[in-house]
Amino acid sequence: MATQAGAAASVADARMALRHRLADRGLDRTLLLLLPAVIFIVALFIYPFVYGLQLSFQPQPGSEAVQQYGSGPFADYHNFFADPYLRNTIWTTLKLSLPGALFNVIASVPIAYRMRGRFRGKRTITTILVVPITLGTVLTAEGLLAFMGPTGWLNRLLLDVGIVDHPVRFTHNYWGVLFSLIISGFPFAFLLTLSYLSGIDPTLERAAATLGAGWWQRFRHITLPLLAPGLGITFCLSFVLAFSVFPSAIMVGDPSRQTRVISIAAFHAAFEQYDYSMASAIAMIMGAVELIVIGLVLGWRSRLYRGATGGKG
Amino acid sequence: MSSRISELRLEKVSRSFGGVPALDGFDLTIKGGEFVALLGPSGCGKSTALNCLAGLLPLSGGSIWLDDKRIDTVPPEQRGFGMVFQNYALFPHMSVRGNIAFGLRMARVGKAEAQRRVDEALSLVQLVDHAEKFPGQLSGGQQQRVAIARAIVLEPSLVLMDEPLSNLDAKLRLEMRTEIKRIHQTLGLTTVYVTHDQEEALSLADRLVLLRDGRVQQIGAPEDVYTEPANRFVAGFMGYRNELELPVTSVADKSVVLGDLNGTRREDLGQVAVAAIRPEDFTVGDGPNAMEVDVEVVEYQGREQAVQARTASGEQLHLRAVARLAPGDRVTVSVPPERVLVFAADSPAAPEKVA
Repeated sequence: MATQAGAAASVADARMALRHRLADRGLDRTLLLLLPAVIFIVALFIYPFVYGLQLSFQPQPGSEAVQQYGSGPFADYHNFFADPYLRNTIWTTLKLSLPGALFNVIASVPIAYRMRGRFRGKRTITTILVVPITLGTVLTAEGLLAFMGPTGWLNRLLLDVGIVDHPVRFTHNYWGVLFSLIISGFPFAFLLTLSYLSGIDPTLERAAATLGAGWWQRFRHITLPLLAPGLGITFCLSFVLAFSVFPSAIMVGDPSRQTRVISIAAFHAAFEQYDYSMASAIAMIMGAVELIVIGLVLGWRSRLYRGATGGKG
Repeated sequence: MSSRISELRLEKVSRSFGGVPALDGFDLTIKGGEFVALLGPSGCGKSTALNCLAGLLPLSGGSIWLDDKRIDTVPPEQRGFGMVFQNYALFPHMSVRGNIAFGLRMARVGKAEAQRRVDEALSLVQLVDHAEKFPGQLSGGQQQRVAIARAIVLEPSLVLMDEPLSNLDAKLRLEMRTEIKRIHQTLGLTTVYVTHDQEEALSLADRLVLLRDGRVQQIGAPEDVYTEPANRFVAGFMGYRNELELPVTSVADKSVVLGDLNGTRREDLGQVAVAAIRPEDFTVGDGPNAMEVDVEVVEYQGREQAVQARTASGEQLHLRAVARLAPGDRVTVSVPPERVLVFAADSPAAPEKVA
């Protein structure tokens, strides 16, 4: 009996020891619970990404790229950067997405700043500010056409009041797409900024006030430095959303010239020329541009204070 | 920046939240250099009063005067008061030096002058070696010192402290208490200190203000409040832990007889009165107001023991005894009549347990 009990105890010891040894290396059996998520990411992100990556190095025989630049692995990339009609889509897209994301982030700060505290009607105002996020881009574009198009209410109003003689072109050009990016992107930036702001302890500003700082100095020296890392992240996410603009570039933009964004080029290659490797190459270039911009922003962010902000966490 | 004031006056200061008064007709005059503690249980209005003084809360009524200048309409950044917050509210993205220099920077004090004053403040709070650290790298006590240095570096006409020691552990709290006292003695800055800890208030303040439900209960020197509490609430708050409710037998001027107990009357009485007695005023042995009690619980506390006992009539008593007692002992205890304070039974009591 005694030896049996001893053996059982030593087995238990060994088991404990294994668990402890794993714990020493930072492993825990509950980590297995992450497995579904890992499978999900591998199946839905990593595999398609790697597949697209290798596809982009296998130019399609008979395609324009192969005819001009041979069948080497970089023919599609070569073709993209050699052809101004393709190459310029990067600038076209950046010209839309950078100002759009920047505007959304900057505009969200004062509004979120006012919306921090508790006041009557806060929920109503938040709802109004956030509703556009629930509308699809297509619906937003439809609305823009009806409201800001040549015969839309806005132009009719401007004409009736006599501010303009001819309808102003707000749509089917650069501005139409930018408006659409702002309408659909602002709620997102606002919600993120609001959550970052409410993580900042409000007594910090009160302390600054008792030390003689006026509202602008309080914002400039206390709130803004603590908020800046969050604004960096908000900008990155807003930018990525805006960079992949597609439906509104077609519906309220000028998709063959002014707003021929990079996703239109990819769509064109994939579903009009049926050149999937070219489309993959464009998608890879798209990802690379996004990574470069995010890398720059995160590089800037790493130079800021990023510790606790003393808030509710 | 000249900082001496001769007088700070609060006149009928009131503040209500959603119609519920948190502070009601608060009158107080603070002399320059004085250390005043606002004391009371949570929800008594002491923090409200402090925030009104700082300008962080607008008044619902009344006015605040600094000498001849009305200041309750001045925004906080123009009042020139220093404030120490309960959670310290240090700026996490600035070094210790940056935190302390912030007010000087806002006041556009010259670089060399600012440097000198920050150094002075740092040595006053004994943090010279930590000047370049960030608040996150400091212990609670050190953070508290930074908060104090930041508030006093401007030599403000008034220093406001909102329960500055409540987040520290017991040992550090004692140390910082001495520190605050030392700094006040060194600089002589007029200070208003909010706390719920009577011991802290007694040891620091020149004058105590006891608040309950937004109303002043008593204002006085620590000794007056301690020995002569104005009412049952103040008595309970100042450590008169034993409250015996007894019928009034006879009243002759100040001396009262309640059953077998002789006491001192503190206010007009009805049929039934409450005798308030401090645990440390009991002595074990025969004497005035002798009574037999059964010892129930004994806590060893070094020089003394904290004893819980029960009288023959079943009332629970708290007392302190030097003599070694054990549970189950039956002993005689006594208390001098002048240490038995008698209040009307219907006057409001202090909350059950304070802090």
